[in-house]
Amino acid sequence: MVAWQACASLGWIADTFMPSPYAVAAAAWRLTLSGELPQNLVVSALRALGGLVVGGGIGLALGLLNGLSRLSFSVTDTSVQMIRNVPHLALIPLVIVWFGIDEGAKLFIVALGVFFPIYLNTLHGVRSVDAQLIEMAGSYGFRGWPLFRRVIWPGALPSILVGLRFALGVMWLTLIFAETIAAQSGIGYMAMQAREFMQTDVIVLSILLYALLGKGADSLVKVLERWQLAWRPALQGPQ
Amino acid sequence: MSVAMDHDTLPSRPGPAASLTLRGVRKTFGAKTVLNGVDLHVPSGQFLAIVGRSGCGKSTLLRLITGLDEPTAGKIAIEGASEGRARLARIMFQEPRLLPWARVDANVAIGLGPDADRKLALTRSRDALATVGLADRAGEWPSILSGGQKQRVALARALVSAPRILALDEPLGALDALTRIEMQRLVEQVWLSNGFTAILVTHDVTEAVALGDRIVVIDRGGITADLPIDLVRPRRRGSPEFARVEEGILGHLLASAD
Repeated sequence: MVAWQACASLGWIADTFMPSPYAVAAAAWRLTLSGELPQNLVVSALRALGGLVVGGGIGLALGLLNGLSRLSFSVTDTSVQMIRNVPHLALIPLVIVWFGIDEGAKLFIVALGVFFPIYLNTLHGVRSVDAQLIEMAGSYGFRGWPLFRRVIWPGALPSILVGLRFALGVMWLTLIFAETIAAQSGIGYMAMQAREFMQTDVIVLSILLYALLGKGADSLVKVLERWQLAWRPALQGPQ
Repeated sequence: MSVAMDHDTLPSRPGPAASLTLRGVRKTFGAKTVLNGVDLHVPSGQFLAIVGRSGCGKSTLLRLITGLDEPTAGKIAIEGASEGRARLARIMFQEPRLLPWARVDANVAIGLGPDADRKLALTRSRDALATVGLADRAGEWPSILSGGQKQRVALARALVSAPRILALDEPLGALDALTRIEMQRLVEQVWLSNGFTAILVTHDVTEAVALGDRIVVIDRGGITADLPIDLVRPRRRGSPEFARVEEGILGHLLASAD
């Protein structure tokens, strides 16, 4: 950081090529005062969250269903695997035709992106629950919902949380892409606007914000893991 | 280890032991016949040991008795009734099969079934843990317990459900020799104080002689020997009588192999 600032201050790197940390901080302060930054930040975060809830919710539900029901699996899994092999970002032109460039488009593309990692990991998690534990619980009368709640869900949860972490990565990636191509607000839009006016400080700021948001989301899942998976030997402190 | 049990304060006091009757029990998996017409009567309260080589069908027999599987033909009845076996007869598996995400006491509470009142279930679980000498480990995660401790938790889980028949499917097979002998003593003490009918499947003849009132030898899907063991308890492994009985059972096993 110091080296970066020094290089910029001594004029070794042109401001238009790479702004100094101070300039980036100043840009952040300027845009915060104008209200532009908080507003774009909220818009992007809401899009990310919305896509995650919709796509992740559907992925989780279908993953659980297909993990538990052979019928549902044989009917839907092949189609899902087919769609999965299409890079979802390749659908952006089509999505713009369908939804225009309003919120629906971004929500759809983010939801589609997060769906697959959550679906696949939920399915894998449910499938890999130890059959011996299911038999043991069954011998004590656990069936249906109690069996799901006490054995299948906690058994699948580690895998589901791995899926969630993957999904968060996909979520930010997709959102940046969608916002730089087709948006009139959000951090990606802010960066593209800045490009028009050669405001490298704002571009760098946008990149930093994405990094921070990504890291923040990942940390949240880590906290969730620590709390929900406390039983795992790897998460237990020395006794 | 103390296994003193106060029957007036222990809410998990089991019901009376139950008798078990098998008539012409056959079990086939596809073309393979695992059990071929087994007839057996176990009077209530008896400790029956079933010995046999790997793959002789003894584990399958336990799964049929406890209702995990249904026989292809024949009848299995507990106290004359063939329905509801799973509730009267509990099985202790070869593996502890503890839920890794549930604390030790919650694992034992599984034994009371899905509808048990949570608070009562935990109280009973702690009592059951006390009978197996693990009262102080109630709040631990299973992953930090040793193999023997895990099987004791599994025993507590079976006991808390007050079984009238307890089926033990080589539950001590994976333990080291010393832990194994400790566990055999514990199983014997719990059986003596709770008074259920016990059916132990094992390939270890010494274990069968140490615990059984009666030993049944199974080979190729059928009973080839049925012998009462009238050694006094507690049995002393080193004694000449013990060795003589053990020798006799081994003779049966080896003879049936040819």
